[in-house]
Amino acid sequence: MSTISDPPSGSFQLSMLINDTRYRSYTFQFIALILLILAFAYLGYNLLANLQAAGLNISYKFLGEPAGYDINQTLIDYTSQSSHWRASLVGVLNTLLVAFLGCIMATVIGVVVGVLRLSNNWLVRQLMSIYVEIFRNVPVLIWILIIMAVFIAVLPQPRDFRGEDATASMVFGAFAFTGRGFYSPAPVFGPGSGVVVAVFLASIAGIFAFRNYAKKALYDRGQLIPTLWPSLAIFFIPAILAFFVMGRPITLDLPSLQGFNFQGGIFMRNSLIALWFALSIYTAAFIAENVRAGILAVSKGQTEAAASLGLRPGRIMNLVVLPQALRVIIPPLISQYLNLTKNSSLAIAVGYMDLTGTLGGITLNQTGRAIEAIFLLMLFYLAISLAISAIMNVYNNAVKLKER
Amino acid sequence: MKKIAILGAMTVAGLSAGVASAATLDDVKARGKLNCGVTTGLVGFAAPNANGEWEGFDVGVCRAVAAAVLGDPTAVEFVPTTGKTRFTALASGEIDLLARNTTWTFSRDVDLGFEFVGINYYDGQGFMVPKELGVSSAKELDGATVCIQTGTTTELNLADFFRANNISYEPVPIETNAEAQPLYLEGACDVYTTDASGLAATRAAFENPGDHVVLPEIISKEPLGPLVRHGDNQWGDIARWTLNALIAAEELGVTSANVSELASAAGSNPEINRLLGTEGTLGAMLGLEADWAVKAIMAGGNYGELFEKNIGENTPIGLARGLNALWTEGGLLYTPPFR
Amino acid sequence: MSDTHAQTVAFVRDTMLPEQPPPASEAGVIKWMRENLFKGWFNSILTLLSIFFIYKIVSGAYPWFANGIWNTSSLAECREMLDGMTGACFSVLTERWNQLLFGFTYPTEAYWRPTLAVVLLLVAIAPVLYPKAPRKLMLFTAIYPFLAFWLIWGGTLLTPLMVLVGLIAGYFAFKKFERQSFAMGMLAGLVATVVVIWAGGVIPAAMPDVLALQAIPSRDLGGFMLNMILGTVCVSLSLPLGIMLALGRQSSMPIIKWMCVVFIEFIRGVPLITLLFVANVVLAYFFPPGSNIDLVLRVIIMITMFSSAYIAEVIRGGLAALPRGQYEAGDSLGLDYAQSMRFIILPQALKISIPGIVNVAVGLFKDTTLVSVISMFDLVGMIRGPILASTEWNGVYWELWGFAVFVFFIVCFSISKYSQWLERQLATDHR
Ligand SMILES: N[C@@H](CCC(=O)N[C@@H](CS)C(=O)NCC(=O)O)C(=O)O
Repeated sequence: MSTISDPPSGSFQLSMLINDTRYRSYTFQFIALILLILAFAYLGYNLLANLQAAGLNISYKFLGEPAGYDINQTLIDYTSQSSHWRASLVGVLNTLLVAFLGCIMATVIGVVVGVLRLSNNWLVRQLMSIYVEIFRNVPVLIWILIIMAVFIAVLPQPRDFRGEDATASMVFGAFAFTGRGFYSPAPVFGPGSGVVVAVFLASIAGIFAFRNYAKKALYDRGQLIPTLWPSLAIFFIPAILAFFVMGRPITLDLPSLQGFNFQGGIFMRNSLIALWFALSIYTAAFIAENVRAGILAVSKGQTEAAASLGLRPGRIMNLVVLPQALRVIIPPLISQYLNLTKNSSLAIAVGYMDLTGTLGGITLNQTGRAIEAIFLLMLFYLAISLAISAIMNVYNNAVKLKER
Repeated sequence: MKKIAILGAMTVAGLSAGVASAATLDDVKARGKLNCGVTTGLVGFAAPNANGEWEGFDVGVCRAVAAAVLGDPTAVEFVPTTGKTRFTALASGEIDLLARNTTWTFSRDVDLGFEFVGINYYDGQGFMVPKELGVSSAKELDGATVCIQTGTTTELNLADFFRANNISYEPVPIETNAEAQPLYLEGACDVYTTDASGLAATRAAFENPGDHVVLPEIISKEPLGPLVRHGDNQWGDIARWTLNALIAAEELGVTSANVSELASAAGSNPEINRLLGTEGTLGAMLGLEADWAVKAIMAGGNYGELFEKNIGENTPIGLARGLNALWTEGGLLYTPPFR
Repeated sequence: MSDTHAQTVAFVRDTMLPEQPPPASEAGVIKWMRENLFKGWFNSILTLLSIFFIYKIVSGAYPWFANGIWNTSSLAECREMLDGMTGACFSVLTERWNQLLFGFTYPTEAYWRPTLAVVLLLVAIAPVLYPKAPRKLMLFTAIYPFLAFWLIWGGTLLTPLMVLVGLIAGYFAFKKFERQSFAMGMLAGLVATVVVIWAGGVIPAAMPDVLALQAIPSRDLGGFMLNMILGTVCVSLSLPLGIMLALGRQSSMPIIKWMCVVFIEFIRGVPLITLLFVANVVLAYFFPPGSNIDLVLRVIIMITMFSSAYIAEVIRGGLAALPRGQYEAGDSLGLDYAQSMRFIILPQALKISIPGIVNVAVGLFKDTTLVSVISMFDLVGMIRGPILASTEWNGVYWELWGFAVFVFFIVCFSISKYSQWLERQLATDHR
């Protein structure tokens, strides 16, 4: 008698397809595949039948046709005669713009709040946890609409700036905060301004060089060179000198009230700001939690070790705790960026013309190409999130290597 | 594999499509309710009143069709649609009829595959501005911020108008009329533009309608009418001739007050007799009862009555008949004969 | 001895002194303030800034609340009563209370139905949320969905009852065939359920008036009720789906694994709003011609798919966190896949995943407000549309948005506090 029962050989029975583990997984996969194909065929059949009944078809030709509508915020040239494709591109750029601005601001607020939540100041700690709880627990759409309501209902409209009895006035004569958005001066680069910009960039490079030098001096010779004041000097003095030497080539274009609106300067539309701020403060509440968790994850012994070496608290944070905490913080941070980018599609609630507003909104409405437009829209967001997960994987691998 | 399945599906679809599309009337009868697409709320045209019942001029068309088909003007399920959802709702069969001040255009008719069954309001696009701005013509709007409902013809007209006049503007896109109101009232936009009838209706809902003026320019033709899907001609005929019946009734002096009396027996006017089914078989030709038009007229009155009750000069909206008067009175309403 | 002592030392205390209170600056409130509020100049500045900030908010908000007016019927009337003072017009909340909660088309005389459904919901979820609740309540939890369906949508009680009977029949069929194999059991259960529901469907159709409440079409649902319905329905439906997806993703069968991976990653890669657009304008094309699936149902389908992908990821985390030994234990006992999952792996994995699942649920509940973008009238949709655009209440922003913030905060905050409590609870008996 053999101790190991041989697999039953010989005749193949139909019941083995289910009961024999060797075949079972093939059976299941086969069934799943068939079901999947059937489901797709069923949906496809319905789609075709419905399209046929409605006399429609699927075609992407509409992308080449003139869009016919105007967009208020365009980062590239666009007129109502441009194609729907171009309009979608404008939307993509607007999405990326608000996502980029949002990520920066969310990170700044999130890190500050996260660190302050661990502060030894009781009052600040309480305030920060109230902030986090309130913003995390209320839908971001409501925050977007509330900030938009501030614009609509609280801030003065351009017409309030007009006339003798104006109820509103510009700040420093250069900034205007109106219900339609913020206006600020825009730099105008005249001839010769290239030199100023070049000098400025060079001095930034200089600051880095100087700091490196100071570090080297500290490590090699133990000589402590103050860096703050020299850096500031390098930052300002050459550029200012160049500015005056070249005969003030850079001027400011101040916004001024003309007709219905302010003209000139840089204009940030209310919809952009509402979306940007709301996404930032909402996401920052989550980032703050990640930052706090990351800092807490660094064991207390690290802090104590650093303190016993005589480091000041600020230095402990910068040199010991944060570098270690970052490894814990960054992966969730990146997925918060992804969330923020996806949430930016709520732009449509305040009429910000991101991709959801152009391709998924007006183009869809005007051409009636719902299936095609929504398909492309999903594809875009999918591409973004795949790209972000790719970055995340690269980062995770990089961190893993250093761990050894 | 997938391709084969889809190909197979395609052939079956081709075979069955003819059958599937011709059945709207049967569907409606089986369901016992007409699914009618309307606006999300535009007082006078279609809006729920305090009790949640839908009322208005477009609603009147829905009710008339429901009465003609099902004999009951309340057998309507009103489906609120936005500029964005209205066409897909109709194309996908979610609604049987769309009566949502929708402009009859070439591409909607031909490319989107819809059939406009007539025109129930001859309109044009206008501009509304606060009086205090002191604007008297649309040409003075250079640099203005304009609130505009997306997904509408008015959005395209607006772009064309400003381009043709070589003036600039800043569009503020909004999704529904309801969202436009606070934006416009709080001054986030200087101008609100849409169909002139819609402007009148919107202004009527303001606290101080007198503070706002509608500029004299009408920049487009906006023939508004109910529409159905392409391909079901019987259903299209029913909707078309119900609308025509309402217009003919006004022309022939048939009102909700006297229709039952006129329909009780054949009278001296053969056209009225044919319309009301006391003579001939027009109803049967449509696949409806002989008294279909009687019920349609009783539902909310003839065209003139609907107009006066919902948007006429004695309502807050206060629209004059203008182009929408009968052709006998200098307007454009002219229905083909019932014979 | 004491003598010598007395000569060498002038004074020696030979009894302990009673303990003295620490100096005022080192005790009580003052010490606490010094340590917690004014430690160093930076902290002091922060404290002063915070106090200033709090003062600003309180001094701004207090009169607004205190002068609030609760009983006018329009904004104009309210402004008149306030007569130039700062004060809130909370009367918009009292006047539109029903609309905020139930939407504007839900029949007034039926308001008690969703209200009762919410109360019963609390009873039904008690045994799920609170492990110490009597186990018998589970029975009620099981029938609750059918009861709630009947209460909210109306119609004859026979319809949900038939579905319930179908499910029970399916359960018995499953039990009967489970001996043979899990797959057979599932198949038999499925067939029995479908057959019973399908065949039994004639009963409610034949007797539509037995135990009938006024039928209310889903289109008429609105207000906060809609958020609640979407939230609870979608979370409960997506739980089983999420478990299946997570198991599928862990599976060793490549085709099944890839199907799940593609589904999960696709759903997680696109924003919910695009899925809602699909529900709104595309999904209807994928149903058989002539079928009329209403918008609420289409939205429920899409949101359920959405949350099941996220729940699947949470549960996958739970599965991955189990030590390998647990899987091997199942195998060594000779359990098959279905058995070891049901008796060993899932109970533990789900337990670890609960806090994560609750987080997904909170996120999803917040996301139900997005339906206002596709012109459904949930709480946010009601505020943006019918209420803010009405002639009476044009311009009442803060009261309405404040209310929305308040309501969502209360619900979401308590759920997340609950989840933290549960996490602690589970942590103690885990190690
Ligand atoms: N006639 C135009 C515009 C129709 C339209 O959207 N009108 C607006 C204002 S008059 C409306 O009905 N809004 C109601 C709503 O937002 O639901 C078209 O067909 O594109």
